[in-house]
Amino acid sequence: MQETVQAATSAQTLTVALIGNPNTGKSTLFNSLCGGKARVGNFPGVTVEKKVGKYRFGDRNITLIDLPGTYSLSPRSDDEMVSVDVLLGRKKEVTAPDAVVCIVDASNLERNLYLFSQIRDLNLPTVLVLNMWDVANSRGVQIDVEQLSERLGVPVVTTSAHRREGIEGVTAAVLQAVENPGTKAVRLFPAEFYDEAQKLDEWLVSNGEPATHLFLRERMLLDIRGASEDAASQADQSKLKAYLEEARGRLAASGHRIPAIETKLRYDWIRQQLDGVFTRSETDHRLSASDRIDKILTHKVTGMIVFALIMLLIFQAIYTWSGPFMEMVEGLQNGANEIVGGMMGPGTLRSLLVDGIIAGVGSVIIFLPQIVMLFAFISILEDCGYMARAAFLMDKLMTKVGLSGKSFLPLMSSFACAIPGVMATRVIENRRDRMVTMLIAPLMSCSARLPVYMLMIYTFIPASLLFGFLSLRGTVLFSMYAIGAVLAIPIAWLFKKTLFKGETPPFVMELPPYKWPSPKIVFDRVYDRSKAFVVRAGTLIFAVTVVVWALGYFPGDHTTQHQLAQQIETLQASPEENAEEIDKLSAEYDDVSGALIRESYLGRMGKAIEPVVKPLGWDWRIGIGAVASFPAREVIISTMGTIFSLGGEVDEEDPSLKDALSNATWPDGRPLFTVPVALSIMVFFALCAQCGATLMVIRRETNSWRWPIFTFVYMTGLAYIAALLTYQIGTSLMG
Amino acid sequence: METQPDSLKRLDELKSIGQQARIVDVVGDDSISVRLMEMGLTEGEEITVLGFAPLGDPVEYSIRGYRISLRKSEANRVQVESSE
Repeated sequence: MQETVQAATSAQTLTVALIGNPNTGKSTLFNSLCGGKARVGNFPGVTVEKKVGKYRFGDRNITLIDLPGTYSLSPRSDDEMVSVDVLLGRKKEVTAPDAVVCIVDASNLERNLYLFSQIRDLNLPTVLVLNMWDVANSRGVQIDVEQLSERLGVPVVTTSAHRREGIEGVTAAVLQAVENPGTKAVRLFPAEFYDEAQKLDEWLVSNGEPATHLFLRERMLLDIRGASEDAASQADQSKLKAYLEEARGRLAASGHRIPAIETKLRYDWIRQQLDGVFTRSETDHRLSASDRIDKILTHKVTGMIVFALIMLLIFQAIYTWSGPFMEMVEGLQNGANEIVGGMMGPGTLRSLLVDGIIAGVGSVIIFLPQIVMLFAFISILEDCGYMARAAFLMDKLMTKVGLSGKSFLPLMSSFACAIPGVMATRVIENRRDRMVTMLIAPLMSCSARLPVYMLMIYTFIPASLLFGFLSLRGTVLFSMYAIGAVLAIPIAWLFKKTLFKGETPPFVMELPPYKWPSPKIVFDRVYDRSKAFVVRAGTLIFAVTVVVWALGYFPGDHTTQHQLAQQIETLQASPEENAEEIDKLSAEYDDVSGALIRESYLGRMGKAIEPVVKPLGWDWRIGIGAVASFPAREVIISTMGTIFSLGGEVDEEDPSLKDALSNATWPDGRPLFTVPVALSIMVFFALCAQCGATLMVIRRETNSWRWPIFTFVYMTGLAYIAALLTYQIGTSLMG
Repeated sequence: METQPDSLKRLDELKSIGQQARIVDVVGDDSISVRLMEMGLTEGEEITVLGFAPLGDPVEYSIRGYRISLRKSEANRVQVESSE
């Protein structure tokens, strides 16, 4: 009795792997099967995302593993090897799958079945899902599903995942496949090949390697310089490579040249399977609406114009349309400050809440509207199929830097904010390209640098004209935006030559047919990414802000400061009558605050680093601003406000901050801020990695601390050198 | 394989939209060549030029009923015989 119960329980849980070509609607199917109940993580040591979802079907618990989109199961990198390892049950973190669901684009069956034919070699219960069934039908594709299922020996299900049609059939078919595993893998290859595979296995065993999965053995033979060779952990790698080379030589001698033999045989097999069951009406395909749209959108002239207009629209939207929402967030923040201020008098706890927590959280949330808006645009462009065209249009330009067209949009969006930019690099399948794009993305001048530029430009750059017509201020602003983008080119090139060298990846890209974006998919994507941003980036920023607050607050006796604040607040009940008194007390308050921050740990750190920043033309106060603005660049404005004895409540428009900066001097009376100093500050901020949130996102995306630390070090080094050159050259030019 | 060497070309030598060719071979055994073969560029297959990106590269082709874009450096690995 006990045993039967246990057997029934274990039979109730099924692990199913979901695999398919990129852009076949795999994620959409995954989401509609699992609902919102998915866990996302990374496989240790690799950049591949681990997505696992659970759902119930009847009395079964199903665990669904979403594998990365791939064209084939011939692993050529550690990242690609992950899918094979998961399918073969070689990954400790995930259970070996009981079945595989292979999702394909119904209108592109021939090529998509290539992956399926490799999956059949795994000898696992398999289900074939013909997705985008509605699109295929509208494009004149006809498939005899029953006949196809019979020929392939697996259940075949048709779905239109984006409309949630046919979804329930998938799990039913999985159960069917598990219960009747059906025919075994087809022996596609000539007998010589299987003999070699057998011999290889014997060789491996005699060289101390434990018995290998049949599939891996065949892959070692088929994939020249493939990642499956490394799966042989015990055998001597150089001997194995030599052996494989000989074995391939023997096969080539018998007329079976590797690698061509595999693709040839598989495609021949696919042709046979599809003969008579798959037809498409040619006329419909040739003159589809998609083709007509592409005539304009990928055209030499009109294509570029449309592209430029779309980019312009996106940036316009991010800068202007997000304004009201950002003000709303600011309003909420001020509201929260007032509530806290009303509830408690000035003191340490209030300072922690207002200057630390609310200011810290606010500094993150303030970017949420921009991020949501950018993600919305990206998601719409992705879903309707334009993104692939953008990569197509930009590829030639990007190859000059050693990247591909796919890097263009992530870099472009980093001008708004590097966080969505880094996250958008997920569209780049090639790991090296993806890493390089991610590492140079923070060099693009994001919107958080704008307040710094604005303050410096409006305070120190004269409103004169260059060559009689160019605004000097505008030119400086443009230069700040250009400097990161221009420096990114040699840096990307250098990274490609050193850290991420290797073969240039093939630019195989498909231009999928255009379709109307699905509001649900767009919404889900925007929601997921925005949530990830707030949670992951928010927690770090929050922590760092509190630390910076504490460093700026302690040690020091704040009693007088709090008393002054209390007095000012009492007087502010009737501001007109007490105007004079308030001014006097405020000035006193600012002096006390300035003295406190000078004595604080932050102030001492500033003094300590002064020798380091002096060559940049900075005194300890500017240095401290740079240190304190580590969590987020905008913090430099409020930090400078505090340090220059004005209290924290200033912004770049505040005339008093400009005056204070203009009047600031070195101890010997020389003015502190000169044009070269302002420029060196701007250049430093244009290139430095003063953004905890971006570094946190890089850590999340690479699953390692190594890359955010690397980014911080190389960018800060670059910023320092550039600022140094700016100041030194600037000063010598000005005499 | 009764083809005269004259009609043998590289895929990137097809310069006009709509031009068709039959694939003879993909040169090389590195990951780029293998990927091309995996994408269905195999011996005997018909391939058609659909269009060029504004800067002349990459080029869009139609093969096996779908569309793929390749860089010229990649298309150069594909040996074809012109079917016109």
